[in-house]
Amino acid sequence: MNVTQVSIFIENKPGHLQKVLKTLADSGINIISLTIAESKDFGVLRLIVNNPSKALESLTENHILCSSTDVLAIEIGNEPGSLYRAIDSFSKMNLNIEYMYAFSQRVNNNAVMIFRFDDIEAAKKALSETKHKIIKNTDIVGE
Amino acid sequence: MMFKKEVETMREAEMKELQLERLKWSLSHAYNNNKLYHDKFDGAGFNPDKFKSLEDMKHVPFLTKQEMRDAYPFGLFAVPLDKVVRIHSSSGTTGNATIGGLTKNDVAVFGEIVARSICACGGSEKDIIQVAFGYGLFTGGLGLHFGTETLGALSVPISGGNTERQLMLIKDFGTTIIACTPSYAINVADYIERNKPDYDMRSTNLRKAILGSEPWSERMREEIEKRLHIDAYDIYGLSEVMGPGVSAECTEKSGLHLCEDHFYAEIIDPQTGELLPEGSSGEIVYTSLTKEAFPTIRYRSKDLTRLYRDSCKCGRTLIKMERVSGRCDDMLIIRGVNVFPSQIEHVLMQVEGIAPHYQIILDRKTAMDDVEVMVEVSESGFSDKLTGLEALKKRLAEKLKNVLGVSMKVTLVEPMTIERSEGKAKRVIDKRIM
Repeated sequence: MNVTQVSIFIENKPGHLQKVLKTLADSGINIISLTIAESKDFGVLRLIVNNPSKALESLTENHILCSSTDVLAIEIGNEPGSLYRAIDSFSKMNLNIEYMYAFSQRVNNNAVMIFRFDDIEAAKKALSETKHKIIKNTDIVGE
Repeated sequence: MMFKKEVETMREAEMKELQLERLKWSLSHAYNNNKLYHDKFDGAGFNPDKFKSLEDMKHVPFLTKQEMRDAYPFGLFAVPLDKVVRIHSSSGTTGNATIGGLTKNDVAVFGEIVARSICACGGSEKDIIQVAFGYGLFTGGLGLHFGTETLGALSVPISGGNTERQLMLIKDFGTTIIACTPSYAINVADYIERNKPDYDMRSTNLRKAILGSEPWSERMREEIEKRLHIDAYDIYGLSEVMGPGVSAECTEKSGLHLCEDHFYAEIIDPQTGELLPEGSSGEIVYTSLTKEAFPTIRYRSKDLTRLYRDSCKCGRTLIKMERVSGRCDDMLIIRGVNVFPSQIEHVLMQVEGIAPHYQIILDRKTAMDDVEVMVEVSESGFSDKLTGLEALKKRLAEKLKNVLGVSMKVTLVEPMTIERSEGKAKRVIDKRIM
C-alpha cells in the first residue's frame, strides 16, 4: 500500500487556503503534513492527512477541486547519508522525482520523506537494495 | 485642402440624385450577378427594376453579419474571381471571418476615400505618413497605405508594433503623420515616458495622428494630443463595407464626414429594424453605391451612432456621423480586433480540463487593452503537478491566440467561483475607460 496524498487546487489569493483548512477542520481531519507548490496565480496544496477518503469527500462536497495521489513515503534515518542512498538508487534507475517533501514522525526521531514519481512501482523496486523502510498509510495514521 | 472638392461640397439635393442613380446600379448589380442577393431580393419581393426613389430603400432586405459569414469565402462576390485583385478579411476564425474582395476599380475607390480622409484632417501630398496599422488581411494597413499613395504623399509602411523603430523613423524620415490605433498612440506616449525621457516629440516633424479601428473617446483624444504634442483625428470604417475612410473627421473635430457618394447610410432602430428619421441615434446600415467585387446591400453594422447635416466650417457638405458610441451586439473590439464572446466560448469548449464557465475581463491598465480570460479548472484538468496545470494554461492561451488573433492572459480559477446568474451570464467585464 502506498501513502495517499490529497492534492487541492487553490487560487493564490487571500482567504483561499483558509477556506480549505476550515472545511478540513469542520470535518475533523487532522493534517500530518502540508506543502504548497505555488505559481503566480494559483497553487497546489498537498496534504497527508489522517483520513484521506473523508477529506476528499468533504472537500468535494464543498466544491473544492481535489484529487488523491499515490505517493511513495520512506523512512529516512536520522544519520548522515540516509537520504543520499535513497536518491542515489533512484538516480541509478534514471527515475525522475516530480516533487518531494518531508515531515518527522511521532514514534521515533526519523523523518518521513514523500516522493512523487510517475512510476511508483519502479521507484519501490529501486529501493530494494537500500533497506529503507517503505511507509504505509497505516504507519502514519494507525490501524 | 479637399481631395475631391466637387463631391465633398456637393449640394444635398444633387448628392441625393447621385445616390439614387448609383443605388439603382448597385442594387441591380447585386441582383443580377450574385445568387445570394438574387434569392434574398426575390424572397423579400423586391425587384431592383422597380426602385424609383430613396424612399424605396425600406423594401430592400437587410444583410446581417451572419449571412456574410455564411457566404464565406466568396459567396457575396458579384464579379468573376479573375476580376478581383485583392482580398481583405475581418478578424475571426475561418468560419467566423467575413471576406471582402476588391476589383481594380474598388481599389481605386478605397484609395480615394482614404486620400480624402487624410486631406480632411489637413494632410496633403507633402506629408510623410507612417502607417503603423497592421499590414495583411486587415484593412487598416493596406487601406492607409494605398490612400497615402493615391494622395501622392510619402508612405512609410512600417506596420504595427516595434515602438523603438517607429520613434527612430519619425525622427530620421521626418514623419509628419502617424496612422495607428488610438491605443497604440497612447502606448507610444507611455514608451517614451518610460524608456526615452529625452525623446522630445516637439523636436520632430510629427504633427498629426489618424486614429481608428477601435472605439475611443474625447478623453483619449485629449490625452494623446497632450502627451504626443499632436492633433489626433478619427477615421472610421469596416471591412464589411470597405475599410477605413468610410468616414473621417475634418479639422473641426466635430463628427466624421461620410463618403456618401460611395456609401449610402441609414439609421434604424436596432430592435425593430425600423428606419429612423435623420438626426436620430440608432444602428447604422450601409449600402455600397459603387463597389463591384462584393456589393454590401443594407448591411447591419451593429454600430450605434447618429447621422446629421450641419454647415461644417471646413466647407464639406457630406453628411456627418457622430463618433460610434457603442455596439448593439456583444462584439468586443480588442486592440483593433473584433472578438465575439461566443468565439472565446467555442475555443474553451474544445479544450479538455476546464469547465464551460468563463469570464472575460477587459482593462486598459497600460496603453493597450489587457484581456484576461478566467476559466474554472475541472476535475479532468486538475493535476497534483504544477507543470500539468501550467501546460493547460499555456494550451488555452495558445489556442485563443491562434483562433482569435489576440493574446489573452488565461487565469485558472477554482470551480464554482465564476458567478452563475439566473438570466444572462455576465461573461464580460469591461473596465476600460475610453
